[in-house]
Amino acid sequence: MATRPPTTPRSADPVRLRRRALLALGLGAGAAPLLTACGGASTSGGDGGAGTVDFLSTQFTPVEERQRFERILAERITAASVAYNPVEPGVFASTITSQVAAGRVQVDLVGGLHGDLAPHADRFENLDDLAGKLADRGFPAEIAALGRLTGTSTSYLPWMQASYVLAVHRSALKWLPSGADVQTLTYDQLLDWAGAARRGNGGKPVLGLPCGPKGLYHRFFQGYLLPSFTGGQISTFHSAAAVQAWQYLKELWAQTAPASTNFDQMQEPLQRGEVLIAWDHVARLVNAPTAKPDDWVMAPAPRGPKGLGYLLVVAGLAIPRGAPEADRAREVITGLTARETQLDVLRQNAFFPVVDTPSAADLPPAVAMAAEAVRRQQGAAGAILALPPVGLGNRDGEVSQIFKNCFKEICLDGRPVRPVLDTQARQLDAILAELQVPCWRPDPVAAGQTCRVG
Amino acid sequence: MPTPTPTAAPPPTAAPAPTRREHRVRRTGRLPVPLLLVAPSVVFLAVLFLWPLAVGVLQALRADDGFTLDHLRRMLADPYFWPAARNTALLIVVLIPLQFAFALAMALLLRDRPRLSGLYFYVWCVPLAISDLAAGLVWLSIFTDRGYLNSALVHLGLDEGHAWLSYQNPTTMFVAVLLAELWRATSLVLVILVAGLQNIPRDYDEAAAVFGATYWQRLRHVLLPQLRPSLQVALILRTILGLQTFAVAQALTGRNFPLLVGETYQWHVTLQNEHVAAAIALVLLALSIGTATVYLRVLRDPSHGRSR
Repeated sequence: MATRPPTTPRSADPVRLRRRALLALGLGAGAAPLLTACGGASTSGGDGGAGTVDFLSTQFTPVEERQRFERILAERITAASVAYNPVEPGVFASTITSQVAAGRVQVDLVGGLHGDLAPHADRFENLDDLAGKLADRGFPAEIAALGRLTGTSTSYLPWMQASYVLAVHRSALKWLPSGADVQTLTYDQLLDWAGAARRGNGGKPVLGLPCGPKGLYHRFFQGYLLPSFTGGQISTFHSAAAVQAWQYLKELWAQTAPASTNFDQMQEPLQRGEVLIAWDHVARLVNAPTAKPDDWVMAPAPRGPKGLGYLLVVAGLAIPRGAPEADRAREVITGLTARETQLDVLRQNAFFPVVDTPSAADLPPAVAMAAEAVRRQQGAAGAILALPPVGLGNRDGEVSQIFKNCFKEICLDGRPVRPVLDTQARQLDAILAELQVPCWRPDPVAAGQTCRVG
Repeated sequence: MPTPTPTAAPPPTAAPAPTRREHRVRRTGRLPVPLLLVAPSVVFLAVLFLWPLAVGVLQALRADDGFTLDHLRRMLADPYFWPAARNTALLIVVLIPLQFAFALAMALLLRDRPRLSGLYFYVWCVPLAISDLAAGLVWLSIFTDRGYLNSALVHLGLDEGHAWLSYQNPTTMFVAVLLAELWRATSLVLVILVAGLQNIPRDYDEAAAVFGATYWQRLRHVLLPQLRPSLQVALILRTILGLQTFAVAQALTGRNFPLLVGETYQWHVTLQNEHVAAAIALVLLALSIGTATVYLRVLRDPSHGRSR
């Protein structure tokens, strides 16, 4: 009789508790994956988890290139599974800097152009042992030397190389000046050709340059125009020969498609037929002839009074200090520098090998054409090898911007050449005075000697 | 005859109040309540506003070896800085009056409650929900060389395709950015003005109408003066946001039509020089504070000024 009042609450209590516990359990189960995802999450894209080599790179950002490279990784790299994350150079730099500074490195392997890697020399592991082991690969000495960022020890190993050439639609060949051969053009002939082609095309220019926001046109000035006219890049920056070079460019620009300031990659306007002659990075040209290779010619860049200046682009592989899977990353580097892998990359993404490879017969026609143009360019008599700026760290963009500024003021704004060069030379010199780095080719290279505008 | 009792009464009742306050202070642990209430916003301001501001100023004025004006000089010598400053100023001078004219016309139209006015309001507010970059890309698809506009013109046989966004045509480039910004940001002014108009009693307007004031007279002497606070808020907001125009211009013209914020981005991300980026940001900050001060002074309610 007396038991009735207490029993009701007691019997109700367990039910309420059980319901609440169930609710908490459900919430907990729902929240757990979210919360665990926050801990140590990779902000750099795909994260393969433990045992996977996290590969951060500035190369192969376009999605088709990325997919092709990921297939190569899956097929050729058996030592470890690799999570490939292509990012913009800014993200690349800040990821390496912040992870190494915080002592929480999650990236195991980084790949980038020489200029992307050079600023981080002290954040990379010493790869001398690996370089010794891979000596039989036959890296060209000048390329291997670039990887020794600190002067003596190897900071990165060469990964692949590229260059810039001319791509020409055959329909433009009919305007070639008499006696000119597209494979051995001079800059004067290029100007005549562009002018004749423009007149022949009803006043619409057919020559294009990649002067868009993400275009690589500064490399044209740094590695092609200026070395060909002046024999240097920095030391001759405002010499009389440089004035002549920019004067020439002003005339060439008058025959160039004005829409060039929107072109980031020349293969697209070439494919659309918007331009018929273009200079660009081979990887940014190679899709143009893919569909109808017979309609296209690829040729070395023209030569100037001092010779045929050309730029060598080198990409390398490095391991950040404190990378959790450093050993596996070394195996991945070994795999990526293997001859078959290098040929695969050439076949699919048009980046050239940095190791001794017999030229493969089964290259796609467009790639074979590009390879031939690069080979002719490198082997041309009087070729002047130029490198993208070396050792400028995060000032690389500013130095390239100096060349872009010259182009903007001289060609787009129509300013007189001499005062523009003098002003920009002062800016360039101020940056170099701070950096205290030696020059790079084609300027006289001397370790310990500071590079300055002459 | 004066009866001081009612006034004399309070002292004894007021006497225990201090003890109650003391008691409360003791309970909350010495800190007075208002300070506690203000503290979060003070901390918030200090951590998220003042500190970054100080860091930014230092970044613009410091080098490795002490203070320097090099970064400011570098900024001034950059061939993009003055065009960027000029474009930003031009955009604001042309954009803001246009935006206010449009927004005011639309708000007044809505005030008259035409049929489907609710629908109009929602349609006009659509751009508010769209990010600047998306808006820029939409307009890019219209103005680009082979975009909708040129396709339509070619279709009509009017043009062979004008390069609207080419560096050779700075005027059409400016007009394209102006149109895109006008489309994107006018709705913000509209929302503020509609809210402001709703707070104005209709009695004044009706009284003026009864006395024979024309629509224009009522607008000028009755509505606009009462709308002044809303106009002030909208003007300050829009000018500061106008100074920050970035994504639309970036998507449409890249660096062909440089703007100050775009240059900050350029220096910080592409050129990796945060010092010069901070210097440009300082210029923007000074401009924002300057324009806000001017607006607050010019649009000050004169009656308020007199009473003070």
